[in-house]
Amino acid sequence: MEIREIIDYLKAYDGPELKFMEVCGSHTSAIFKTGIRSLISPKIKLISGPGCPVCVTPTAYIDKCAEYAMAGDSELLTYGDMMKVPGTHGSLSDLKGDGAKVTMMYSPFEAVEKAAADPDRIFAVAAVGFETTIPSYALMIDEAKRRGVKNIKLITALKTITPAIDWICANQPAIDGFICPGHVSVIIGCQPYIAIAEKYHKPMVVCGFEAEHILAVLYELVRQMERGEAKVVNLYPNAVRWEGNVKAQEVLEKCFEPDEATWRGLGSIPGSGMYLKGDYAVYDGGSRGLVRDMELPEGCSCGSVITGVLNPDECPMFGTSCTPLDPYGPCMVSAEGACGIWYRNR
Amino acid sequence: MCVAIPGKIVSLDGNMAKADFSGNIVDVNTGIIDAKIGDYVLVHAGCAIEVMEKDKAQELIDLFAEIDELEREQ
Ligand code: SF4
Repeated sequence: MEIREIIDYLKAYDGPELKFMEVCGSHTSAIFKTGIRSLISPKIKLISGPGCPVCVTPTAYIDKCAEYAMAGDSELLTYGDMMKVPGTHGSLSDLKGDGAKVTMMYSPFEAVEKAAADPDRIFAVAAVGFETTIPSYALMIDEAKRRGVKNIKLITALKTITPAIDWICANQPAIDGFICPGHVSVIIGCQPYIAIAEKYHKPMVVCGFEAEHILAVLYELVRQMERGEAKVVNLYPNAVRWEGNVKAQEVLEKCFEPDEATWRGLGSIPGSGMYLKGDYAVYDGGSRGLVRDMELPEGCSCGSVITGVLNPDECPMFGTSCTPLDPYGPCMVSAEGACGIWYRNR
Repeated sequence: MCVAIPGKIVSLDGNMAKADFSGNIVDVNTGIIDAKIGDYVLVHAGCAIEVMEKDKAQELIDLFAEIDELEREQ
């Protein structure tokens, strides 16, 4: 099949309206960058999902990170995306401006070096991410343990994506099929999607981030809908094995165990968080029970945006009182947040 | 946040490698993959998460062959 035929097919589609959710923020970005929406029929709607770990982090988590940044004997290490997410007393970026010790990191392994070099201080790491990121934290904390480095704490907001997809299927039945997250699938593989695809009878297709990948995934989803199928298909075999990265799954299971976690905008989802376990639990910086979430700021529709009820530009604050330079709600904050992506690509 | 970027392994020492990203050489942990020098790997948060099977051009050619295959199965 040629790409031209696929585009012609998707452009000419004139059946019932179809809604497909791209779970991952990187797919939302790719869909804009490649201009895919203009190549397909208006009857095929693409909905942005909850796939930005920063955007789903609850307020209590930011507040816990802030405690470490403000305590006298500790320093907080974080990725840049987390800096602007609002907490009860402002964002980490605001706190840094007021003199709190917040340092940006580029890789979690930096924390081990810093902590080894300065054993009298606590280095708290804001460990946020989905399955793509969890193995790095597992390797890093394993290394800290092996080297006897004790002055590291992980404040984890590590989440797994399949319980969230299950939640969306149960609560948003209007979504017809899913573009599964490419780099999460590198770790977990395709198998975990089968149970959800069967339970809710929704097609789930794994794909990469090039324009061709996204066109192919849409074609596959539309064809499955036309045939009444709900299959899991891997269209990213260059990077995703059916069984995933087994070594990564092993280190992840060695250091972490699942438990309930709070998702900003969705609420609590059982078994969707990953927490340090066993011998590794001494490295936990107080990650459990961070359930309190700010009421979303009045007028912010992030809860509806990440569950596909509204498009970002349907929020009355979008582009007026809420912009990436002056975000009002969490979905505008991160480079991967649905509102931020829509704004930058208007 | 979950973006992983392809780089080429240029040296290996146990579980630590140096990878080339369009001329930038970066330290990468290879604890969860079996990498060889010359492999293209996907890197996320300082960690190589998978070895890429083929180059991008070949991958996209295969992608459309795969779609043909899926159509024929019906
Ligand atoms: S535009 Fe701003 S206020 Fe509206 S949903 Fe998005 S983040 Fe919330």
